[in-house]
Amino acid sequence: MTDRADRRGLGPSARALLVMLLMPLAASGATFKLVWLSPADDARLERSRLERAILGHPAGPAIDALRLALSDSRLELDAAGVRLDVQAVEVADAQSAKDAATRATRDGAVALLVDLPAAWTLAAAEATPLPVLNVGAADDELRQARCRRNLWHLGPSERMRADALAQLLVARRWSQVLLLTGPTEADRMRAATVQTSMRRYGLKLVAVRPFKLSADPRERDLANPLLLTRAAGAEHDVVWVVDADGEFAQSLPYRTAAPRPVVGDGGLVALGWSSRYDRYGAPQLSRRLAKSAARRMEAHDWAAWIGGRLLVAAVLKAPHGPAAAVHQALAEARVDGSKGVALGLRPWDGQLRQPLLLGDGQSVVATAPVDGVLHPRDVLDTLGADAAERLCRAREP
Amino acid sequence: MNPTPHRPRRWPAIVIAGVIAVASPLARAQGTAWVSSERDHALTLVDLRTQAVIGTVPTCKRPRHMQPSPDGRQLLVACSDAHQADVIDLASRRSVRRVPLGEDPELFDLSADGRTLFVSNEEDGELGVIDMASGKRQASVAVGGEPEGVKLSADGKTVYVTSEVASRVQAVDVASGRIVAQIAVGKRPRRLALTPDGNQLWVSNELDASVSVIDTRTHTVLATLRFEVKGVRPADITPVGLTFTRDGRRAYVALGRANHVAFVDAASRTVTHLALAGRRAWGVALTRDERTLVVVNGLSDDITLVDTATARPLKSVRVGRVPHTAVVIE
Repeated sequence: MTDRADRRGLGPSARALLVMLLMPLAASGATFKLVWLSPADDARLERSRLERAILGHPAGPAIDALRLALSDSRLELDAAGVRLDVQAVEVADAQSAKDAATRATRDGAVALLVDLPAAWTLAAAEATPLPVLNVGAADDELRQARCRRNLWHLGPSERMRADALAQLLVARRWSQVLLLTGPTEADRMRAATVQTSMRRYGLKLVAVRPFKLSADPRERDLANPLLLTRAAGAEHDVVWVVDADGEFAQSLPYRTAAPRPVVGDGGLVALGWSSRYDRYGAPQLSRRLAKSAARRMEAHDWAAWIGGRLLVAAVLKAPHGPAAAVHQALAEARVDGSKGVALGLRPWDGQLRQPLLLGDGQSVVATAPVDGVLHPRDVLDTLGADAAERLCRAREP
Repeated sequence: MNPTPHRPRRWPAIVIAGVIAVASPLARAQGTAWVSSERDHALTLVDLRTQAVIGTVPTCKRPRHMQPSPDGRQLLVACSDAHQADVIDLASRRSVRRVPLGEDPELFDLSADGRTLFVSNEEDGELGVIDMASGKRQASVAVGGEPEGVKLSADGKTVYVTSEVASRVQAVDVASGRIVAQIAVGKRPRRLALTPDGNQLWVSNELDASVSVIDTRTHTVLATLRFEVKGVRPADITPVGLTFTRDGRRAYVALGRANHVAFVDAASRTVTHLALAGRRAWGVALTRDERTLVVVNGLSDDITLVDTATARPLKSVRVGRVPHTAVVIE
């Protein structure tokens, strides 16, 4: 575990200091500390993975976007005389995530932002009463059976992503679905989520077929896209691929036996953000990250950025603390995420309500909720678990 | 010219437009609407009498905000991707000059003598001050993230800038280039309009379904006007463009994704009428006789001509791709 605050933050913090020297504080509030947890030797950020640029996977260290959110907020923070400092900590497993959360609490941090696997995220949330903002783990169980009162979710859940795609398929009347699923436990759970969304929106499951990433000729029934999709016949409108790893899904479009579009983890993907989105000031935001971090802004970055913006809104609402008041303000915060509507956190599962972008890496084809989908209160609540389902018992009063 | 009360049943806009276009020549306006199109690098000219497109004028890349020069002879166009202003001679309809405006210029305002231009540079979070005679950037003021609306006070001593990210309006003293006030308004403040007496500054808050009314003497928010449209949720009421009548008694506010324009009684700050427009109605401009309101629709690539006496849409006219601003030249 290493503290990388100094190495990574020298530029921005030096600039912040300069601003502080030049400008007398308009009002004096407190100094707050955020702790950022990310995996040591993050396999998602290996060069070969980044070069693949698989849709929905990280495009670089998401802390870059958190720092951008704080620099975007400098004017508001300075005006209130509030400082928000980030300490970045790398953790190697669930135990060290837990230890880091305990230490952050002891050291007087106000919140944690974590970009970790689900089990590590949960370990951190259980070790502290502070708000833990989950950047990257899309697992439904963190919003449902294993939810926690202090655990908040910035990126969309698997179920939100499946609902978004299902809505589009209904709108397109592509109702006959061939489902291809990967071999991991994560894929099995995600495929179940997809099937639930399909049932909710009245889509028809033509067949489910497992696939395997392999070049072994003895396994070609599982690995060859032509064979996999030919066996299902042409009675499907669309191929929905569930592939947490992403390599197979990315290579599936145009390799199907019948001329059918691919959706899911390849082809058309439901995303929290896309560098190709061009409405509601989105290009300005993507360009700011391109300028500060020299790369494109994708879904994980947006989640970290909006986490920063939510925490800024919370500390401005409670500029003198204490941490509990900031937590309360966070739960009630409404912020602009450059997606056209004000966004806030759902009280019943801690999930950030948000429109999703359906993109293929070249353009944003549609946004969800899709036009025509209705909800009695907030149409954004057609994506993901709704209050009445009561899937997160830990958050019930 | 008091509008009649709202009809209980609303006819589809196209039916109304068709009927009125045939039956009521009295609502016909004069002049030409110049409409910028972000994706076409061109301005579309709409004859307001015939309600038809009469031509296009090429300009620099991604034209957005436009304003005529004080002498009425030229039209200034801010081009975000060309980082410059195009100066168009209105008589010949040709570009006569380009002036650099800095990175990603969005909205601007001109001094009363036309010599100084104040521009928001979205990318750099700056307010730029441009000397129009030399075309040189005289000063840059660091303001909050994603600055957008720019408006010079009536006495020309203060320039107001909105910051979409910081949800504030900043008052910059022109002489010193210092920020003298920061006024917290609603989420994502977009555009600014001054009452003709200069005493109030109205700010549209896109993600707050509201307009903040600022007292320009005290720099405090006097009131917040919230919009409601029957059958539309607050999240889909996203006000952007706004303008006042010359007598200052009424404001027109384009309500974005609510696809309507609100007619607001300025004294009581109440909405008297709602007029149907196109998708994401976000820009407004009045004809000189103030009988016709030109509404720019960002998501339906058209403008809607609205009769201000009856609050009814007269006609929708297709223009270029992603229209941004309309200016009426008579």
